[in-house]
Amino acid sequence: MAEANTDLTHEGKMPNFFTRWFMSTNHKDIGILYIITAAFFGFISVAFTVYMRLELMEPGVQFMTIDGQPNGHLWNVLITGHGILMMFFVVIPALFGGFGNYFMPLMIGAPDMAFPRMNNLSYWLYVAGASLATLSLIVPGGNGQLGSGVGWVLYAPLSTSEMGMSMDLAIFAVHLSGASSILSAINMITTFLNMRAPGMTLHKTPLFPWSILVTAFLILLSLPVLAGAITMLLTDRNFGTAFFDAAGGGDPVLYQHLLWFFGHPEVYMIIVPGFGIVSHIISTFSKKPIFGYLPMIYAMIAIGALGFVVWAHHMYTVGMSVTQQAYFMLATMVIAVPTGIKIFSWIATMWGGSIEFKTPMLWCLGFLFLFTVGGVTGIVLAQAGVDRAYHDTYYVVAHFHYVMSLGAVFCIFAGIYYWIGKMSGRQYPEWAGKLHFWLMFIGSNVTFFPQHFLGRQGMPRRYIDYPEQFALWNYVSSLGAFLSFGSFLLFFGIIFYTIFWGKKIKENAYWGIHADTLEWTLPNPPPEHTFETLPTRDQWDKTQQH
Amino acid sequence: MAHEKNHDYHILHPSIWPFLSALGAFTLLFGCVLFFHNYTSVVMVLGLVIVLYCMYGWWSDVVTESHVGDHTPVVQIGLKYGVIMFITSEVMFFSAWFWSFFKHALYPMEAIGEVWPPVGIETFDPWHLPLINTLILLCSGAAATWAHHAIAHENNRKDLVNGLIIAILLGMLFTIFQAYEYSHAAFSFSGNIYGANFFMATGFHGFHVIVGTIFLAVCLIRALKGHFTPENHIGFEAAAWYWHFVDVVWLFLFAAIYIWGS
Repeated sequence: MAEANTDLTHEGKMPNFFTRWFMSTNHKDIGILYIITAAFFGFISVAFTVYMRLELMEPGVQFMTIDGQPNGHLWNVLITGHGILMMFFVVIPALFGGFGNYFMPLMIGAPDMAFPRMNNLSYWLYVAGASLATLSLIVPGGNGQLGSGVGWVLYAPLSTSEMGMSMDLAIFAVHLSGASSILSAINMITTFLNMRAPGMTLHKTPLFPWSILVTAFLILLSLPVLAGAITMLLTDRNFGTAFFDAAGGGDPVLYQHLLWFFGHPEVYMIIVPGFGIVSHIISTFSKKPIFGYLPMIYAMIAIGALGFVVWAHHMYTVGMSVTQQAYFMLATMVIAVPTGIKIFSWIATMWGGSIEFKTPMLWCLGFLFLFTVGGVTGIVLAQAGVDRAYHDTYYVVAHFHYVMSLGAVFCIFAGIYYWIGKMSGRQYPEWAGKLHFWLMFIGSNVTFFPQHFLGRQGMPRRYIDYPEQFALWNYVSSLGAFLSFGSFLLFFGIIFYTIFWGKKIKENAYWGIHADTLEWTLPNPPPEHTFETLPTRDQWDKTQQH
Repeated sequence: MAHEKNHDYHILHPSIWPFLSALGAFTLLFGCVLFFHNYTSVVMVLGLVIVLYCMYGWWSDVVTESHVGDHTPVVQIGLKYGVIMFITSEVMFFSAWFWSFFKHALYPMEAIGEVWPPVGIETFDPWHLPLINTLILLCSGAAATWAHHAIAHENNRKDLVNGLIIAILLGMLFTIFQAYEYSHAAFSFSGNIYGANFFMATGFHGFHVIVGTIFLAVCLIRALKGHFTPENHIGFEAAAWYWHFVDVVWLFLFAAIYIWGS
């Protein structure tokens, strides 16, 4: 950021703009690139939802029309675009690519990532993938129109039969995103295992690096399976293979299994880095060390491991045997145990603490409440019987937005407010951060809470229109979406203000002594190369002090 | 830089390769889509050229760095972790194809007569060319291990080169036999799940054999140039691990698709 530039000049050789941002081998610069790019695609993706909520505000089709007729294809393209961008190109790049890159090496006292050049390849493959995804929106697709409208899950046979180039571009976009994430995962795992500061044993490593390690393993083991699955889609589409074509002996349900074998770990990839961030922030602002450090680690590992054996709870209605459904139901509910360990440990961290309600802490408290709501509706949906009624209704939409839109995205905001002083050297205005939080908290709840009611009333998801009786809560939901969008714009304003005019901060550990991981021993912003002399134990092992 | 580094980790200079590689990947895939839809193949070929050029340039840089001593013991450990993780991800990639195979073989659909192999499909005799290919690949793996032993424990450059030559020739022979087998298949790639699964699973394996052969060939060239020491032969070690991984995948393919699946 602007401030980092001026600081670098003190170091003598200052790389020019192109060298610094296009040829980077610096984990901090690459982390910043990830965050900025994720924000850009996040904005596009959120803009889609505003358009969609505008359309859903009232029954009937008012805006998305073609020749006076409802344009269902446009609607489908927007939900597909929103899903693909959010799942692959916004949340994981921000949390895993952005904060993971910037802060994981700092927290373990590593001078950089294990493979700094490959790190940059991950970033640029992500940009290339996101470009293909964006391109897929504007090239010929299904229904003789532009773009692909099959939903982010790309279910066969719709995805294998849709005409045009759009679907192929979307598939390749996911391929590139996958390659980027896998390389990134290899990098993170190696960095974590090989480059921790002297004396920092596994059971002394901070929770955020641990969360990144767990996420990296989820990526490493599940994304290649998705790559295989979408390669099958590609050959089915273009070379006449019959993987998902029942006429040739194939089976479209196989695609759903392969997709969700990746898809369920995917949702943990999205949320687990957030667990790490939240742990640090709650500890900092409760002025206590984290409660249950070891259980926190093993809970994350357990969540990651269980994430691989529950996938078919996304597909109870495809005609699985009752035994299979019973198994997936049970396994799914078991995840509530490690998740509960985490939630209660966070609460126990706050218990008896001297809590300071700074903006990052507010986001974490918001996260705790909303993630718990989303978790509880998850337990409801885990019941195969109940899922018969709720499958593909707005109840599901409400559930996963509580976990992701309100859970993971709140973690991103928490991380940004917590660390922006460290990254830019300037502090955000506290009142503005708090205003952003309250607007977003209210806005997103008003958006998504009524969707539980809509789902219970039986409103199916992914439709452009709905009957009169769903009008009230859709209207409320749309108002909430507009409020959230307003808060999102305010957020961009706050960030610009902070980077250019925010108050400079001199103190390294500006959140006080309880922010005691290694990044707080560095200046704001940190110099280009950090830990050129590896940190000594007294710099990070604060267990004796408080 | 104003500061000196006081650690053994590898801090790299800025590099254009990642950006160019991603540009190449974008061009290649976008070109593939154009090609699939019968527009042009020029973009695809251009993308492939960029990607290959970047691979060459990037790995040349890595070799140079190893010569100037950037690959300290701790960096070597990191590189080994990296290769292991990469191979792990490859294993998961193949598991998608095995998943498809076992699903369709165990629960055959109506359209293929609910039997496996599907009605009307004439499969290969596993004890014919496939068995020979298995032996070829195993021998090739053994030769690679011999080469590795020669350099790692005896600093015997002659056996390193001999072992590599044998491993590469056997790898090429495997590819030729596989191509011969493909051309005599009694089933086609499209229209039937058997052909789709057979050709994609063994085809991806074949692609990995070709990549592994090239990997070993690069190691051979480097060995002839006098690279590799008993202490530092990470590039060759990675090639050998990769080659064994390709071997093991074949054993599973042979056992599952050729023997059990016929």
